[in-house]
Amino acid sequence: MKQMNWKELPHAGACLKAGNANEYKTGSWRSFKPRWVEENCIQCLFCWIYCPDSAVMVKDEKMIGFDYDHCKGCGVCAMECPGKKGNKAIVMEEEGK
Amino acid sequence: MAVATKTVAVTGNQAVAEAFRQLNPDVMPAYPITPSTGIMESFTKFVSDGKVDTETILVESEHSAMSACIGAAAAGGRVATATSAQGMALMWEMLHIASGYRLPILMALVNRALSAPLNIHGDHSDGMGMRDCGWIQLFCENAQEAYDNTIMAYRIAEHKDVRLPIAVNMDGFIISHSIESMRYMADEDVKKFVGEYIAIDPLLDIDNPKSIGALVLPDYYMEHKRAQHEAMLNAKRVVADVSAEFAKITGRKYDLFEAYHLDDAEVVLVALNSAAGTIKDEVDLYRDKGVKAGLLKPRMFRPFPYEEVGAALKNAKAICVMDRADSYGGYGPLFMEIASALSSNKGPVVFNKIYGLGGRDLMPHDIDQVLDETIAVAKSGKVKMMKEYITVRS
Repeated sequence: MKQMNWKELPHAGACLKAGNANEYKTGSWRSFKPRWVEENCIQCLFCWIYCPDSAVMVKDEKMIGFDYDHCKGCGVCAMECPGKKGNKAIVMEEEGK
Repeated sequence: MAVATKTVAVTGNQAVAEAFRQLNPDVMPAYPITPSTGIMESFTKFVSDGKVDTETILVESEHSAMSACIGAAAAGGRVATATSAQGMALMWEMLHIASGYRLPILMALVNRALSAPLNIHGDHSDGMGMRDCGWIQLFCENAQEAYDNTIMAYRIAEHKDVRLPIAVNMDGFIISHSIESMRYMADEDVKKFVGEYIAIDPLLDIDNPKSIGALVLPDYYMEHKRAQHEAMLNAKRVVADVSAEFAKITGRKYDLFEAYHLDDAEVVLVALNSAAGTIKDEVDLYRDKGVKAGLLKPRMFRPFPYEEVGAALKNAKAICVMDRADSYGGYGPLFMEIASALSSNKGPVVFNKIYGLGGRDLMPHDIDQVLDETIAVAKSGKVKMMKEYITVRS
């Protein structure tokens, strides 16, 4: 993305386009990455509710995976995931492994 | 053609409150503090008497007062507040946010000493404390100047090339509480002069949702600050233009600084606000005695007109800059500006006196002492003490 110079900035740095945070990729901040273990998922959507960003992707009321462009790897989803019979459907793994 | 005026006898606080009434801001959040209290006292009476459309918000602290100013201004309102000393100090973090968001908020700052020791009287430590906050700063010698600069303030702050908050300074008690004869403009002339406010990107324009105040990281922060610097540079031209227009309709002429007998002056004093009035009397006396004395009184302190001040002072032999605030361990804040203004040419000898802290009187004989020392420096070309306190027991 070409960066604006100081003359091109919107007045007072206002964000004039609603939802443009989506264009700002924050995935590189992550040091741990959530991995979805689909066979343990009961589709409770706790991960979607608790995600402090909007990095849990849902289609037709079903969790379908993570938006790794925006997930910062906080691990809240993995913490809240009830899993199936004690087996988590979300596990955190170190980036780069 | 000069507009209709009315001559009145009022305090500085009453004069500023009258200017606020005529400006009729949309919102006025405040937490009254001595010696600025009189402004809110008079203004809230205008509100309860239905003389203005303003919504006053009496908040729980000055930090909240400035926060409410920022919220109301971001929403799209014309906003004003009044404060002094510790009040301004408590606003400090929000002052940067007001200027960073480029909100043309108007503050009447009735200058008072900062504690400790606790003191309620006039000096410029509060005004100098907000020097680097990104606000335009105008300083006023008397009630007339405080009224006139307040009337001009929105036109300067709201100009499309500026859009910065503005503070109008006057000396606590000496001006805020003393009654002077001065002239008010007629309501309709103020209304016409100030005009309608058109906010840029107001939050209450709900058809166009937006965010202000988002996080900006190292990849963009400097670009925002450079744009802010440009707005401050533009403010110099806008202050001059608005003042010229104001002079046309009122006959009262204001430059970026006042030059009093400066053209051929060999010894020059530089001072802000009310002290300039007393200094003018002493300059007259010394002129009668054959001394080529003069005064430079800055009106616009931020942005500071370095080139113009430098040019106005270049023929002087010696200059004493009188500061009513100190930067402990450094020179007085006004001295540092004047020294910078003189740095480009091999100009006069310049030195610094600190006076009048905490409301200590500056008497005519104190000024005579300074003038005499400046005459001696002009002759010898040598300064004994670059910075020294006067009006202090030693």
